[in-house]
Amino acid sequence: MALLSGVVFGVGIAVSGMINPAKVIGFLDFAGEWDPTLAFVMGGALLVSIPAFRFVLSRPRPVLEDSFDLPKKTTLDARLLGGAALFGVGWGISGFCPGPAVVALASGLPSVFVFMAAMLAGMAVYKRVFE
Amino acid sequence: MEDFTPLSGLFGGMLIGLAATMLLLLNGRIAGISGIVGGMLVSRIGGLFGWRTAFIVGLLLGASGYALAMGGVPVEIEASLPALVVAGLLVGFGTRLGSGCTSGHGVCGIGRMSKRSIAATAVFFTVAIATVFLVRHVVGGVA
Repeated sequence: MALLSGVVFGVGIAVSGMINPAKVIGFLDFAGEWDPTLAFVMGGALLVSIPAFRFVLSRPRPVLEDSFDLPKKTTLDARLLGGAALFGVGWGISGFCPGPAVVALASGLPSVFVFMAAMLAGMAVYKRVFE
Repeated sequence: MEDFTPLSGLFGGMLIGLAATMLLLLNGRIAGISGIVGGMLVSRIGGLFGWRTAFIVGLLLGASGYALAMGGVPVEIEASLPALVVAGLLVGFGTRLGSGCTSGHGVCGIGRMSKRSIAATAVFFTVAIATVFLVRHVVGGVA
């Protein structure tokens, strides 16, 4: 079932155009020829997820597992905001966030694999230092 | 410059929201790609056959299938290889330190009205916009 969710997610990223880093940067570049598409993608996703999550989380448990596995922290801290800021720099330089980067591997372009290898290395560094 | 494509953006976004809802309803999990990929690094070998890998395989199948059906979708990368390496390291490390990315915080976290996710999303959008401004309009392109 996670496979099916992944398929729908992957089609969604491709249909939305967010598989293309140039289109993501087109949104982030307010001083250039601004392309608002990314706002419509986020809006479309939230239009579904906000009401649907409310319904799903009102259930006692998910369909296939015994319980929901949700983040437990509720307060803001330096790691959250610092991590988000570092991610923002990398996202701005490349136009890649993790989902579209995985999906763009399907293009077979070598530079996507270079980005992915570096992203995995960054995650491995985090794991070594903090886990 | 890219064209503005609001309808395909909205429709693709709704599919992303639907997919996140499916994973939460069926598996009880948050569809955060950085957390899923990071979790695969952490897992033992046995974990490689779990829901995370199934989801990532699905991502690739979905996008490849759509690209085949459409006769290809554009993937245009401006950044140089060294810039992509730096960006990849920052995205990988930053999303793990900050517990999420555009999908986990932006779609799922805001979807359940998490204060942490709303704050993280505001920060990474603001910083990314500032970064693009610096790279494109101050420095003048990704070296």
